[in-house]
Amino acid sequence: MKRALLLVFTMCAIAAPLAARDSDPPASLYHLETALTNQDGTAHGLDVYRGHPVLVTLFYSSCQATCPLIVDTLRATERELSAAQRANLRVLMISIDPERDTPQALRELAQERHIDTARWTLARGDASTVRTVAALLNVQYRRLPSGEFSHSTVIALLSPQGEIQASSSTLGHADAALLAGLRK
Amino acid sequence: MNARAAVVYVALALLAAAALVDPDSARADSSPPRARVGGGTFTTVLPPAKDIKATTVRAFEMDRVPVTNADFARFVAAHPEWRRDRVARVFADAGYLSHWPAPDAPAAGRGRQPVTHVSWFAANAYCESQGARLPTWYEWEMVGAASADKADARADPAWRQSILDWYAKPAAQQLPDVGRNAPNFYGIRDVHGLIWEWVLDLGSMMVSADNREQGDPSVSRFCGSGALSFEEKENYAMLMRIATLSSMQASYSSSTMGFRCAADAGGGP
Repeated sequence: MKRALLLVFTMCAIAAPLAARDSDPPASLYHLETALTNQDGTAHGLDVYRGHPVLVTLFYSSCQATCPLIVDTLRATERELSAAQRANLRVLMISIDPERDTPQALRELAQERHIDTARWTLARGDASTVRTVAALLNVQYRRLPSGEFSHSTVIALLSPQGEIQASSSTLGHADAALLAGLRK
Repeated sequence: MNARAAVVYVALALLAAAALVDPDSARADSSPPRARVGGGTFTTVLPPAKDIKATTVRAFEMDRVPVTNADFARFVAAHPEWRRDRVARVFADAGYLSHWPAPDAPAAGRGRQPVTHVSWFAANAYCESQGARLPTWYEWEMVGAASADKADARADPAWRQSILDWYAKPAAQQLPDVGRNAPNFYGIRDVHGLIWEWVLDLGSMMVSADNREQGDPSVSRFCGSGALSFEEKENYAMLMRIATLSSMQASYSSSTMGFRCAADAGGGP
Protein backbone atom coordinates (compact mmCIF):
# COMPACT_ATOMS: atom_id res chain seq x y z
CA MET A 1 0.00 0.00 0.00
CA LYS A 2 2.73 2.35 1.00
CA ARG A 3 4.57 1.59 -2.21
CA ALA A 4 1.43 2.14 -4.28
CA LEU A 5 0.87 5.49 -2.61
CA LEU A 6 4.46 6.46 -3.30
CA LEU A 7 3.98 5.51 -6.93
CA VAL A 8 0.87 7.67 -7.21
CA PHE A 9 2.75 10.48 -5.56
CA THR A 10 5.65 10.13 -7.97
CA MET A 11 3.34 10.03 -10.97
CA CYS A 12 1.59 13.18 -9.83
CA ALA A 13 4.94 14.84 -9.44
CA ILE A 14 5.92 13.84 -12.97
CA ALA A 15 2.59 14.94 -14.40
CA ALA A 16 2.77 18.35 -12.77
CA PRO A 17 6.36 19.52 -12.64
CA LEU A 18 5.38 22.96 -13.80
CA ALA A 19 5.41 25.20 -10.78
CA ALA A 20 4.47 28.44 -12.45
CA ARG A 21 0.92 29.67 -12.51
CA ASP A 22 -0.28 32.48 -14.70
CA SER A 23 -1.55 34.25 -11.60
CA ASP A 24 1.93 34.41 -10.05
CA PRO A 25 3.27 37.97 -9.77
CA PRO A 26 6.04 38.82 -12.30
CA ALA A 27 8.73 38.75 -9.62
CA SER A 28 7.70 35.36 -8.23
CA LEU A 29 10.44 32.74 -8.11
CA TYR A 30 7.69 30.18 -8.64
CA HIS A 31 7.87 30.90 -12.38
CA LEU A 32 10.92 28.66 -12.35
CA GLU A 33 10.28 25.04 -13.22
CA THR A 34 12.32 23.30 -10.59
CA ALA A 35 12.72 19.57 -10.02
CA LEU A 36 13.70 19.04 -6.40
CA THR A 37 13.66 15.90 -4.27
CA ASN A 38 13.24 16.02 -0.51
CA GLN A 39 14.69 13.98 2.35
CA ASP A 40 12.00 11.34 1.86
CA GLY A 41 12.71 10.96 -1.85
CA THR A 42 9.54 12.83 -2.80
CA ALA A 43 9.71 15.04 -5.89
CA HIS A 44 8.47 18.61 -5.62
CA GLY A 45 9.08 22.09 -6.97
CA LEU A 46 10.47 25.27 -5.50
CA ASP A 47 6.82 26.08 -4.70
CA VAL A 48 6.43 23.13 -2.34
CA TYR A 49 5.23 25.57 0.34
CA ARG A 50 3.15 27.80 -1.91
CA GLY A 51 0.63 29.71 0.17
CA HIS A 52 2.96 30.05 3.17
CA PRO A 53 5.76 32.48 3.94
CA VAL A 54 8.96 30.48 3.36
CA LEU A 55 12.56 30.96 4.42
CA VAL A 56 14.75 29.57 1.63
CA THR A 57 18.47 28.99 1.88
CA LEU A 58 21.25 27.01 0.21
CA PHE A 59 23.58 24.72 2.15
CA TYR A 60 25.41 21.42 1.95
CA SER A 61 25.28 18.80 4.63
CA SER A 62 28.95 17.85 4.85
CA CYS A 63 29.81 21.47 5.54
CA GLN A 64 31.54 21.98 8.85
CA ALA A 65 31.63 25.74 9.05
CA THR A 66 28.61 27.81 8.07
CA CYS A 67 25.93 25.21 7.56
CA PRO A 68 25.32 24.17 11.18
CA LEU A 69 25.04 27.88 11.82
CA ILE A 70 22.41 28.23 9.12
CA VAL A 71 20.09 25.81 10.93
CA ASP A 72 20.76 27.63 14.20
CA THR A 73 19.96 30.96 12.56
CA LEU A 74 16.71 29.66 11.07
CA ARG A 75 15.72 28.37 14.49
CA ALA A 76 16.63 31.66 16.15
CA THR A 77 14.39 33.41 13.60
CA GLU A 78 11.50 31.07 14.35
CA ARG A 79 11.84 31.64 18.09
CA GLU A 80 11.24 35.35 17.64
CA LEU A 81 7.81 34.72 16.14
CA SER A 82 4.44 34.20 17.78
CA ALA A 83 3.16 30.63 17.94
CA ALA A 84 0.68 31.35 15.15
CA GLN A 85 3.31 32.98 12.93
CA ARG A 86 5.66 30.08 13.57
CA ALA A 87 2.98 27.52 12.69
CA ASN A 88 2.41 29.26 9.36
CA LEU A 89 6.11 29.58 8.46
CA ARG A 90 7.90 27.01 6.32
CA VAL A 91 11.62 26.44 5.74
CA LEU A 92 13.22 25.14 2.54
CA MET A 93 16.92 24.25 2.58
CA ILE A 94 18.35 23.31 -0.82
CA SER A 95 21.68 21.54 -1.13
CA ILE A 96 24.39 22.85 -3.46
CA ASP A 97 26.08 19.42 -3.29
CA PRO A 98 23.71 17.09 -5.17
CA GLU A 99 26.39 14.44 -5.57
CA ARG A 100 26.74 13.74 -1.87
CA ASP A 101 23.42 15.04 -0.59
CA THR A 102 21.22 12.13 -1.52
CA PRO A 103 17.77 11.95 0.07
CA GLN A 104 19.32 9.57 2.60
CA ALA A 105 22.07 12.04 3.53
CA LEU A 106 19.43 14.74 3.91
CA ARG A 107 17.29 12.47 6.05
CA GLU A 108 20.24 11.73 8.30
CA LEU A 109 20.93 15.42 8.70
CA ALA A 110 17.26 16.05 9.54
CA GLN A 111 17.42 13.38 12.24
CA GLU A 112 20.76 14.53 13.58
CA ARG A 113 19.55 18.12 13.88
CA HIS A 114 16.04 17.14 15.06
CA ILE A 115 14.45 18.96 12.15
CA ASP A 116 10.65 18.84 11.98
CA THR A 117 10.08 17.81 8.37
CA ALA A 118 6.40 18.65 8.63
CA ARG A 119 7.37 22.32 8.31
CA TRP A 120 10.95 22.10 7.10
CA THR A 121 12.18 20.51 3.89
CA LEU A 122 15.73 19.53 3.01
CA ALA A 123 15.95 19.20 -0.75
CA ARG A 124 18.35 18.45 -3.55
CA GLY A 125 18.22 19.15 -7.29
CA ASP A 126 20.57 18.51 -10.20
CA ALA A 127 23.50 20.83 -10.87
CA SER A 128 21.54 22.91 -13.36
CA THR A 129 18.63 23.38 -10.95
CA VAL A 130 20.96 24.42 -8.15
CA ARG A 131 22.69 26.93 -10.42
CA THR A 132 19.41 28.51 -11.39
CA VAL A 133 18.03 28.67 -7.86
CA ALA A 134 21.33 30.15 -6.66
CA ALA A 135 21.10 32.77 -9.39
CA LEU A 136 17.55 33.67 -8.32
CA LEU A 137 18.61 34.03 -4.70
CA ASN A 138 21.85 35.76 -5.68
CA VAL A 139 23.97 33.17 -3.91
CA GLN A 140 27.58 32.76 -5.03
CA TYR A 141 29.12 29.35 -4.66
CA ARG A 142 32.02 27.39 -5.98
CA ARG A 143 33.12 23.81 -5.57
CA LEU A 144 36.69 23.62 -4.33
CA PRO A 145 39.17 20.94 -5.41
CA SER A 146 38.92 19.53 -1.88
CA GLY A 147 35.26 18.70 -2.56
CA GLU A 148 34.11 21.36 -0.15
CA PHE A 149 32.22 24.41 -1.27
CA SER A 150 32.85 28.04 -0.77
CA HIS A 151 29.57 29.89 -0.77
CA SER A 152 27.89 33.05 0.36
CA THR A 153 25.04 32.62 2.80
CA VAL A 154 21.64 34.00 1.95
CA ILE A 155 18.40 33.39 3.80
CA ALA A 156 15.54 34.74 1.71
CA LEU A 157 11.98 35.26 2.84
CA LEU A 158 9.50 34.36 0.10
CA SER A 159 5.94 35.61 0.14
CA PRO A 160 3.13 33.02 -0.18
CA GLN A 161 3.27 33.73 -3.95
CA GLY A 162 7.04 33.28 -4.15
CA GLU A 163 8.33 36.85 -4.24
CA ILE A 164 11.49 37.69 -2.33
CA GLN A 165 10.31 39.95 0.50
CA ALA A 166 13.56 40.17 2.38
CA SER A 167 17.02 38.70 2.09
CA SER A 168 19.62 38.29 4.79
CA SER A 169 23.23 37.24 5.07
CA THR A 170 23.24 37.47 8.84
CA LEU A 171 24.26 34.34 10.69
CA GLY A 172 24.04 33.50 14.36
CA HIS A 173 20.95 35.53 15.24
CA ALA A 174 17.62 36.50 13.72
CA ASP A 175 17.85 39.27 11.12
CA ALA A 176 15.51 42.19 11.83
CA ALA A 177 14.69 42.49 8.11
CA LEU A 178 13.42 38.91 7.95
CA LEU A 179 11.44 39.34 11.18
CA ALA A 180 9.84 42.54 9.91
CA GLY A 181 8.73 40.70 6.78
CA LEU A 182 7.44 37.74 8.77
CA ARG A 183 5.44 39.89 11.17
CA LYS A 184 3.65 41.79 8.41
CA MET B 1 22.29 20.96 -74.42
CA ASN B 2 24.79 18.27 -73.51
CA ALA B 3 24.98 16.77 -70.03
CA ARG B 4 28.01 18.78 -68.90
CA ALA B 5 26.42 22.05 -69.96
CA ALA B 6 23.26 21.08 -68.09
CA VAL B 7 25.23 20.47 -64.91
CA VAL B 8 26.92 23.83 -65.21
CA TYR B 9 23.59 25.52 -65.88
CA VAL B 10 21.97 23.91 -62.83
CA ALA B 11 24.95 24.82 -60.66
CA LEU B 12 24.78 28.43 -61.79
CA ALA B 13 21.05 28.53 -61.14
CA LEU B 14 21.57 27.18 -57.65
CA LEU B 15 24.25 29.75 -56.96
CA ALA B 16 21.94 32.53 -58.11
CA ALA B 17 19.15 31.21 -55.92
CA ALA B 18 21.47 30.99 -52.92
CA ALA B 19 22.49 34.60 -53.42
CA LEU B 20 18.85 35.67 -53.22
CA VAL B 21 18.26 33.98 -49.89
CA ASP B 22 18.09 36.36 -46.95
CA PRO B 23 21.45 36.02 -45.22
CA ASP B 24 19.67 36.07 -41.82
CA SER B 25 17.87 32.86 -42.56
CA ALA B 26 20.49 31.26 -44.77
CA ARG B 27 21.46 28.81 -42.07
CA ALA B 28 18.74 26.22 -41.75
CA ASP B 29 20.17 24.80 -38.53
CA SER B 30 19.28 27.08 -35.64
CA SER B 31 22.49 26.35 -33.77
CA PRO B 32 25.83 27.33 -35.26
CA PRO B 33 28.17 24.41 -35.65
CA ARG B 34 30.46 23.85 -32.69
CA ALA B 35 34.18 23.34 -32.64
CA ARG B 36 35.74 20.62 -30.54
CA VAL B 37 38.21 21.74 -27.91
CA GLY B 38 40.43 19.05 -26.46
CA GLY B 39 40.71 19.09 -22.70
CA GLY B 40 43.79 20.19 -20.89
CA THR B 41 45.37 21.75 -17.86
CA PHE B 42 46.27 25.41 -17.80
CA THR B 43 47.11 28.20 -15.41
CA THR B 44 43.99 30.20 -14.73
CA VAL B 45 43.52 33.79 -13.65
CA LEU B 46 40.92 32.50 -11.18
CA PRO B 47 42.73 29.95 -9.00
CA PRO B 48 40.52 27.03 -7.96
CA ALA B 49 41.97 27.11 -4.45
CA LYS B 50 44.72 28.68 -2.46
CA ASP B 51 48.04 27.32 -3.73
CA ILE B 52 46.38 25.67 -6.74
CA LYS B 53 46.93 27.79 -9.82
CA ALA B 54 46.06 25.30 -12.56
CA THR B 55 42.73 23.90 -13.59
CA THR B 56 41.85 20.93 -15.75
CA VAL B 57 39.11 21.15 -18.34
CA ARG B 58 37.59 18.10 -20.01
CA ALA B 59 37.10 18.02 -23.77
CA PHE B 60 34.10 20.06 -24.88
CA GLU B 61 32.47 21.65 -27.90
CA MET B 62 31.84 25.33 -28.32
CA ASP B 63 29.85 27.38 -30.82
CA ARG B 64 32.17 28.79 -33.46
CA VAL B 65 30.40 32.16 -33.33
CA PRO B 66 28.20 33.87 -30.75
CA VAL B 67 24.43 33.37 -30.90
CA THR B 68 22.88 35.91 -33.30
CA ASN B 69 19.71 37.97 -33.23
CA ALA B 70 18.25 35.66 -35.90
CA ASP B 71 19.11 32.56 -33.83
CA PHE B 72 17.50 34.09 -30.78
CA ALA B 73 14.40 35.17 -32.70
CA ARG B 74 13.84 31.53 -33.70
CA PHE B 75 14.18 30.52 -30.06
CA VAL B 76 11.69 33.17 -28.95
CA ALA B 77 9.24 32.03 -31.64
CA ALA B 78 9.46 28.45 -30.38
CA HIS B 79 9.41 29.48 -26.70
CA PRO B 80 7.12 32.52 -26.48
CA GLU B 81 7.52 32.63 -22.70
CA TRP B 82 10.89 34.23 -23.48
CA ARG B 83 9.36 37.10 -25.48
CA ARG B 84 10.19 40.40 -23.82
CA ASP B 85 6.48 41.12 -23.34
CA ARG B 86 5.85 37.76 -21.66
CA VAL B 87 9.00 36.90 -19.76
CA ALA B 88 8.68 36.77 -15.96
CA ARG B 89 10.52 39.81 -14.64
CA VAL B 90 12.43 37.62 -12.24
CA PHE B 91 14.31 36.12 -15.22
CA ALA B 92 15.05 39.27 -17.21
CA ASP B 93 15.24 42.96 -16.41
CA ALA B 94 13.47 45.74 -18.32
CA GLY B 95 16.31 45.97 -20.85
CA TYR B 96 15.75 42.42 -22.10
CA LEU B 97 15.60 42.41 -25.92
CA SER B 98 14.85 46.12 -25.73
CA HIS B 99 16.94 46.68 -28.88
CA TRP B 100 14.43 44.79 -31.02
CA PRO B 101 11.73 46.97 -32.62
CA ALA B 102 9.19 44.17 -32.07
CA PRO B 103 8.92 41.62 -29.26
CA ASP B 104 9.53 38.76 -31.67
CA ALA B 105 12.05 40.04 -34.21
CA PRO B 106 15.22 42.09 -34.57
CA ALA B 107 15.40 45.00 -36.98
CA ALA B 108 15.86 44.07 -40.62
CA GLY B 109 19.50 43.49 -41.49
CA ARG B 110 20.52 42.91 -37.87
CA GLY B 111 20.00 39.17 -37.89
CA ARG B 112 23.69 38.32 -38.10
CA GLN B 113 24.70 40.59 -35.25
CA PRO B 114 25.36 38.86 -31.94
CA VAL B 115 22.28 38.95 -29.74
CA THR B 116 22.78 41.15 -26.69
CA HIS B 117 20.33 42.52 -24.11
CA VAL B 118 19.80 38.96 -22.92
CA SER B 119 19.84 37.84 -19.30
CA TRP B 120 21.80 34.85 -18.02
CA PHE B 121 18.52 33.02 -17.48
CA ALA B 122 17.54 33.60 -21.11
CA ALA B 123 20.97 32.56 -22.40
CA ASN B 124 20.80 29.45 -20.27
CA ALA B 125 17.33 28.59 -21.58
CA TYR B 126 18.47 29.12 -25.17
CA CYS B 127 21.40 26.74 -24.80
CA GLU B 128 19.24 24.14 -23.07
CA SER B 129 16.81 24.34 -25.99
CA GLN B 130 19.75 23.37 -28.20
CA GLY B 131 20.64 20.40 -26.01
CA ALA B 132 23.63 22.38 -24.80
CA ARG B 133 24.66 24.68 -21.99
CA LEU B 134 26.67 27.85 -21.50
CA PRO B 135 30.44 27.36 -21.34
CA THR B 136 31.99 27.40 -17.89
CA TRP B 137 34.42 30.19 -17.09
CA TYR B 138 37.37 27.81 -17.29
CA GLU B 139 36.25 26.57 -20.72
CA TRP B 140 35.83 30.13 -21.89
CA GLU B 141 39.18 31.14 -20.44
CA MET B 142 40.91 28.24 -22.18
CA VAL B 143 39.45 29.21 -25.57
CA GLY B 144 40.14 32.86 -24.83
CA ALA B 145 43.83 32.12 -24.36
CA ALA B 146 44.25 31.03 -27.99
CA SER B 147 45.61 33.09 -30.83
CA ALA B 148 45.23 32.11 -34.47
CA ASP B 149 48.04 29.56 -34.28
CA LYS B 150 48.71 28.91 -30.58
CA ALA B 151 46.50 27.23 -28.02
CA ASP B 152 47.96 29.42 -25.30
CA ALA B 153 49.21 32.75 -26.56
CA ARG B 154 48.94 34.56 -23.25
CA ALA B 155 52.65 35.10 -22.97
CA ASP B 156 52.79 36.71 -26.41
CA PRO B 157 52.93 40.51 -25.98
CA ALA B 158 51.73 41.19 -29.53
CA TRP B 159 48.64 39.04 -29.04
CA ARG B 160 47.88 40.68 -25.72
CA GLN B 161 48.20 44.07 -27.31
CA SER B 162 45.80 43.15 -30.09
CA ILE B 163 43.15 42.33 -27.50
CA LEU B 164 43.80 45.45 -25.49
CA ASP B 165 43.41 47.44 -28.70
CA TRP B 166 39.81 46.28 -28.86
CA TYR B 167 39.13 47.61 -25.39
CA ALA B 168 40.76 50.89 -26.32
CA LYS B 169 38.62 51.29 -29.43
CA PRO B 170 35.44 53.30 -28.92
CA ALA B 171 32.35 51.12 -29.20
CA ALA B 172 30.83 51.14 -32.65
CA GLN B 173 27.30 52.48 -33.02
CA GLN B 174 26.35 49.13 -34.44
CA LEU B 175 27.73 45.79 -33.36
CA PRO B 176 29.45 44.10 -36.31
CA ASP B 177 28.06 40.79 -37.58
CA VAL B 178 29.40 37.60 -36.02
CA GLY B 179 32.22 35.74 -37.75
CA ARG B 180 34.12 38.78 -38.99
CA ASN B 181 37.11 38.10 -36.73
CA ALA B 182 39.58 35.44 -37.83
CA PRO B 183 39.13 32.02 -36.24
CA ASN B 184 41.45 31.19 -33.38
CA PHE B 185 43.48 28.02 -32.84
CA TYR B 186 40.30 26.02 -32.21
CA GLY B 187 38.39 27.46 -35.16
CA ILE B 188 36.32 29.65 -32.84
CA ARG B 189 35.65 33.27 -33.77
CA ASP B 190 34.84 36.49 -31.96
CA VAL B 191 36.09 35.30 -28.58
CA HIS B 192 37.69 38.72 -28.31
CA GLY B 193 36.79 41.86 -30.14
CA LEU B 194 33.00 41.71 -30.30
CA ILE B 195 31.04 41.28 -27.05
CA TRP B 196 31.16 40.11 -23.46
CA GLU B 197 29.80 36.59 -22.97
CA TRP B 198 27.79 34.93 -20.23
CA VAL B 199 29.28 31.86 -18.58
CA LEU B 200 27.50 28.97 -16.90
CA ASP B 201 29.07 29.39 -13.48
CA LEU B 202 28.38 33.10 -13.21
CA GLY B 203 27.65 32.59 -9.52
CA SER B 204 31.16 31.39 -8.80
CA MET B 205 33.06 34.39 -10.12
CA MET B 206 33.05 36.37 -6.91
CA VAL B 207 33.68 33.57 -4.47
CA SER B 208 36.89 33.44 -2.60
CA ALA B 209 38.90 30.30 -3.22
CA ASP B 210 39.52 30.03 0.51
CA ASN B 211 36.51 28.43 2.12
CA ARG B 212 37.82 29.15 5.61
CA GLU B 213 36.50 32.66 5.16
CA GLN B 214 32.96 31.37 5.22
CA GLY B 215 33.31 30.37 8.87
CA ASP B 216 33.29 33.91 10.13
CA PRO B 217 29.67 35.08 10.44
CA SER B 218 30.65 38.72 10.27
CA VAL B 219 32.00 38.29 6.74
CA SER B 220 29.55 35.68 5.59
CA ARG B 221 28.74 37.60 2.42
CA PHE B 222 31.73 37.86 0.15
CA CYS B 223 32.20 41.41 -0.81
CA GLY B 224 33.04 42.42 -4.38
CA SER B 225 36.54 42.35 -5.69
CA GLY B 226 37.97 42.07 -2.20
CA ALA B 227 37.07 38.41 -2.28
CA LEU B 228 38.75 37.69 -5.58
CA SER B 229 42.20 36.27 -5.65
CA PHE B 230 43.44 37.05 -9.13
CA GLU B 231 46.51 35.62 -10.68
CA GLU B 232 48.30 36.80 -13.79
CA LYS B 233 47.50 40.38 -13.03
CA GLU B 234 49.19 41.48 -16.24
CA ASN B 235 46.50 39.62 -18.12
CA TYR B 236 44.32 42.68 -18.05
CA ALA B 237 41.89 41.55 -20.73
CA MET B 238 40.86 38.48 -18.75
CA LEU B 239 40.48 40.49 -15.58
CA MET B 240 38.19 42.89 -17.46
CA ARG B 241 36.03 39.91 -18.39
CA ILE B 242 35.81 38.73 -14.83
CA ALA B 243 35.13 42.20 -13.48
CA THR B 244 32.32 42.62 -16.00
CA LEU B 245 30.78 39.23 -15.25
CA SER B 246 31.05 39.85 -11.52
CA SER B 247 29.12 43.07 -11.88
CA MET B 248 26.19 41.30 -13.55
CA GLN B 249 23.33 39.55 -11.82
CA ALA B 250 21.60 36.75 -13.66
CA SER B 251 18.54 38.81 -14.58
CA TYR B 252 20.56 41.76 -15.89
CA SER B 253 20.98 42.48 -19.57
CA SER B 254 23.30 44.87 -21.33
CA SER B 255 23.96 46.12 -24.84
CA THR B 256 27.35 44.41 -24.93
CA MET B 257 26.67 41.10 -23.15
CA GLY B 258 25.84 38.16 -25.38
CA PHE B 259 26.69 34.47 -25.29
CA ARG B 260 27.51 31.27 -27.10
CA CYS B 261 26.71 27.69 -26.17
CA ALA B 262 28.90 24.72 -25.35
CA ALA B 263 28.48 21.04 -24.68
CA ASP B 264 30.52 18.21 -23.26
CA ALA B 265 32.43 16.57 -26.10
CA GLY B 266 30.48 13.69 -27.59
CA GLY B 267 27.19 15.55 -27.51
CA GLY B 268 24.70 16.25 -24.77
CA PRO B 269 25.06 18.71 -21.96
